[in-house]
Amino acid sequence: MSGHSYQGKKNIPKITSDRLLVKGGRIVNDDQSFYADIYMEDGVIKQIGDNLIVPGGIKTVEANGKMVIPGGIDIHTHFQMPYRGTTTVDDFSQGSKAALAGGTTMIVDHVIPEPGSSLIEAFEQWRNWADEKTCCDYSLHVDITHWNDRVKQEVDILLKEKGVNSFQVYMAYKDFYQMSNSELYEIFTFLGEMGGIVQVHAENGEIIAEEQARMLEMGITGPEGHVLSRPEELEAEAVFRAITIASQTNCPLYVTRVMSKSAADIISQARKKGNVVFGEPITASLGTDGTHYWSKNWAKAASFVTSPPLSPDPTTPDYLNTLLASGDLNITGSAHCTFSVAQKAIGKDDFTQIPEGVNGVEERMSLIWEKAVTTGKMDENMFVAVTSTNAAKILNLYPRKGRLAVGSDADLVIWDPDTVRTVTAKTHNSAAEYNVFEGMELRGGPSVVICQGKLVLEDGGLHVTPGVGRFIPCTPFPDYAYKRVKARKQLAVLRAVPRGMYDGPVSDFSPLSRGGTPSASARTSPTKQPVRNLHHSAFSLAGNPAQRGELQKHLHLPISLPVSDCHRKYQGTHKYTHTHTRAFRSRLSVR
Amino acid sequence: MQNVELPGYRHSYLHGNVSASRSRAIAPLERDESVPMETCFVFFPGRSNGLLIRGGRVVNDDRSEFADVYVEHGLIKDVGVNLTVPDDVRVLEANGAMVIPGGIDVNTCLLKPHLGCPPVDDFFLGTKAALAGGTTMIIDHVVPQPGDSLLEAFERWQASADRKCCCDYSLHVDLPNWNAGVQDELEVLVQEKGINSFQVYMAYKDMFQMTDSQLYEAFSFLKDLGAVVMVHAENGDLIAQEQSKILSMGITGPEGHPLSRPEELEAEAVFRAITLGNRVNCPVYITKVMSKTAADTITQARRKGSVVFGEPITASLATDGSHYWSKNWAKAAAYVTSPPLSPDPTTPDHLHSLLACGDLQVVGSAHCAYSTSQKAIGKDNFTLIPEGTNGVEERMGFVWDKAVAMGKMDENQFVAVTSTNSAKIFNLYPRKGRIAVGSDADIVIWDPDRTKTITSKIQQSAVEYNIFEGMECRGGPVAVVSQGRVVYEEGEGLQVQQGSGRFIPRQAFPDHVYQRIRTRNKVKGRQGVTRGMYDGPVYDVPAMPKYITPSPSAKTSPTSHQPPPIRNLHQSNFSLSGAQLDDNVPRRSGHRIVAPPGGRSNITSLG
Repeated sequence: MSGHSYQGKKNIPKITSDRLLVKGGRIVNDDQSFYADIYMEDGVIKQIGDNLIVPGGIKTVEANGKMVIPGGIDIHTHFQMPYRGTTTVDDFSQGSKAALAGGTTMIVDHVIPEPGSSLIEAFEQWRNWADEKTCCDYSLHVDITHWNDRVKQEVDILLKEKGVNSFQVYMAYKDFYQMSNSELYEIFTFLGEMGGIVQVHAENGEIIAEEQARMLEMGITGPEGHVLSRPEELEAEAVFRAITIASQTNCPLYVTRVMSKSAADIISQARKKGNVVFGEPITASLGTDGTHYWSKNWAKAASFVTSPPLSPDPTTPDYLNTLLASGDLNITGSAHCTFSVAQKAIGKDDFTQIPEGVNGVEERMSLIWEKAVTTGKMDENMFVAVTSTNAAKILNLYPRKGRLAVGSDADLVIWDPDTVRTVTAKTHNSAAEYNVFEGMELRGGPSVVICQGKLVLEDGGLHVTPGVGRFIPCTPFPDYAYKRVKARKQLAVLRAVPRGMYDGPVSDFSPLSRGGTPSASARTSPTKQPVRNLHHSAFSLAGNPAQRGELQKHLHLPISLPVSDCHRKYQGTHKYTHTHTRAFRSRLSVR
Repeated sequence: MQNVELPGYRHSYLHGNVSASRSRAIAPLERDESVPMETCFVFFPGRSNGLLIRGGRVVNDDRSEFADVYVEHGLIKDVGVNLTVPDDVRVLEANGAMVIPGGIDVNTCLLKPHLGCPPVDDFFLGTKAALAGGTTMIIDHVVPQPGDSLLEAFERWQASADRKCCCDYSLHVDLPNWNAGVQDELEVLVQEKGINSFQVYMAYKDMFQMTDSQLYEAFSFLKDLGAVVMVHAENGDLIAQEQSKILSMGITGPEGHPLSRPEELEAEAVFRAITLGNRVNCPVYITKVMSKTAADTITQARRKGSVVFGEPITASLATDGSHYWSKNWAKAAAYVTSPPLSPDPTTPDHLHSLLACGDLQVVGSAHCAYSTSQKAIGKDNFTLIPEGTNGVEERMGFVWDKAVAMGKMDENQFVAVTSTNSAKIFNLYPRKGRIAVGSDADIVIWDPDRTKTITSKIQQSAVEYNIFEGMECRGGPVAVVSQGRVVYEEGEGLQVQQGSGRFIPRQAFPDHVYQRIRTRNKVKGRQGVTRGMYDGPVYDVPAMPKYITPSPSAKTSPTSHQPPPIRNLHQSNFSLSGAQLDDNVPRRSGHRIVAPPGGRSNITSLG
């Protein structure tokens, strides 16, 4: 807790000398619940307990025995995101207002630099936008959209000086954001050494591109083509591949947007084997499903378009909520990224052109309460963990955020478990015309929201001030993810076997015959030849490399083979591919 | 800024624990048996009995921070840097080592008799060993013999423990059988005696074993009391068959023990216990998870949402069952415990992985030490060998050595599995299991680099064969503080006080276990379909309606009779999972439908 740094903020004076007492609430943290009053001053919790000695004449909020929880942290938003010359309809002001209305008092937005442009410039750009307009505290993830030595230096600076500890990479969006496996390997290695968190958008972009072309060829141009061209399997495959790379590079992995049962299962299995991997289901995948892609109403169907797509399996939300309750998935985001119908209509004749994104920042907490807590899947402490505490831990902001304790930020919510609200685009705080949760009845919601020690929601009235949100810098090596990684690094010192020198005859060989597989794309760095990398082959996070190798073989082959284009790329990482390709090919041609 | 989470706790456990224990809590750190408790307060006149642990890294289950800890009267008074403390306090230098909440060993049997003889480690030796290993609280199993009164057995255990324990303790009560008398005693134990956990047995046929119907009733009853149901999960019927088969094959040595209790029987029973728990909507705690398959069964159930907890023990986490085939009879017999250690040598590794990812939650020791001559009761027949292994002293060390030092789990998770999770499940949190202002001063200074070779020569336990003999173990305590008093310091040795341990009562309905159960009770109430009255012709039936299945045993109670789903409108309102006021009143389901008073005129009026 030592030294809260309100670095570089022009608007500290606005939040000073605010004193507030929350009386008679039941404080719910992720480990326990107890009755106590909370006194806060200058945006920080100063006292917790009974019969507090506080200055006279201060503002008092009666909680009347209701739950008082740490304000939610939405770890995944895209406010004011530029898209082909326009931006998403919810800017930082509108978006953070919606967040506060739903009980979320901190957001973490994604900075998405154009491929080829500077990461730091993009980061500064986002900082300016957010500082100007955000109504609650925020942090930023930076997406790595291309990879070279300059980007590497910029990432280093962002980590060490700019307060960014998480970076997203893409396994989808071919020829745009997508990274090759070798690039992923390099990025993971680098971030693993520097203490960053690798977030991954996990979908197999190569196969998607093929499938998209096939769908369009078949004359399917509507939003249903989106989900048809991105089957669940492609998400699961990419999640598995990302976990494999992370495990080889001993780097903690964070999978953004877990949308399907099979992807969630892969994460959960990997966690059981000991991999350091975290899964983030989003409001949409926890609350609704992909059957709406077949809606006759184009605008409605298009409003559900996001990637990976919502699964058409209607049991998915229930399943993901169960895994969230059992701790196999850890953190929830909203991936709030809203476009107007007119913007979505860019893709009215071609689903691949529909801007991707759904709403969810306002509904996130109520929806989890409704689907998981009122159904008895999880208890209130776990609710706090998945909506706030775990996110704070992975961002390395705990216990400043994510916990009600003396010295923590005064971001808190009085939660009314019985209030019922029907979600509708008419009353929501987002500027989007469609709400993907339209008509859903949600039990549980905030009755009072306090952000930075100030009342922003009370008696149904929302009072926000754009621009008060502070950038909260995140530091590298969060304990939550890195303690185990650090310990494993110490263990993983690999040594060569000392042998006598071989001095027998050596047959002639041509210098290019081995190790020199040509790189599949120009981006591939020649420094990594994973096939031959014996140094890494003996190291296993889970302790049983043989078994993992088996699984890897099984999962990768059938999926990666049908696309002739992508197999070459895989050659680099998976030595099995080449030998098996021909056999599979011949089988394919028969089909 | 350092004392982050503190003030709230002070009162939170005050309301969470029986206040009687509080008055004792303040009392006497140096207590002599002859001195009545009330007078012990004045032991150091003119000197505060404060203790400052300086320069350590305080590790709780959620995070680690550099801070000093100040302790007074057995409670933690302050946590932070630059604390203001009286001048004359004793100072313990941590020198940057970890300062963790003392371990809680939730499974010991220090008085459980086998054929009349008690184990060689009694409450004194057992708790002394516990303290030497960094464990500052134990929860012992009260094991009444079938037919005995639970209350009497409980009092016998409590009396013995009060006289001998050197650290705080609490008790689980095992249910040797199930009948109406037991129910009354259970209510007294839960409501007046501060017991909130009871163990039932699926093994030990014709002794402790309960039938599924009895288990169903016991689960329902205990759930309404808000207790944690602990299950010894093994299929006793099959074991009995296998045992006689193996004996008839001429195998009489300890190897017959694992041969007659294969892994599968454990997994099957775990699965059955979880199924029962799901049907009754009752939390289930599996004691002694010994095999990979049992652990996997728990993992799968948790992923589906069952409220189930698994407790691997020191033995299953550190060694395996290959020793049952040792040529040395005494050595082989030392490993005999039930369920047996799995002969699969990859078991410990697998269990540690699951412990690290949170699928198993608690580490116990199941410490129950019999001497070689006691074990030799079964020298000609393995079924008579007293069951139990040591492990209370080695418990924390092996979790550190095999999980933390191997990079499987981090130090915070280490605290969670050795202490915090047990405190949460058994409703001791945050009085125990956390270093925070207001918590009990049970603290361990832990040195991750200390290496020790386990041998029976230097152990505290009186047992001749240590099953971990010769194993090297990294990590161990350099100082142990129990009830605010330094009981172990490296170089100074153990300084324990027989009888200083207090009984810690535990309230029913632990939040960590029961919150979800309560919600599920509310939402899972089932309702019958409201229909119009059927007034068509009714076929004459013989006196015995077909849906009254004859009970499989005389012991079966009608409450557990599951109604056939189709026709029985009378019963359709009865919820299997929901708590009903009259759940424990046996219901004669069959009678009501056959001949309701006033004839069967209007069936819908009951709905």
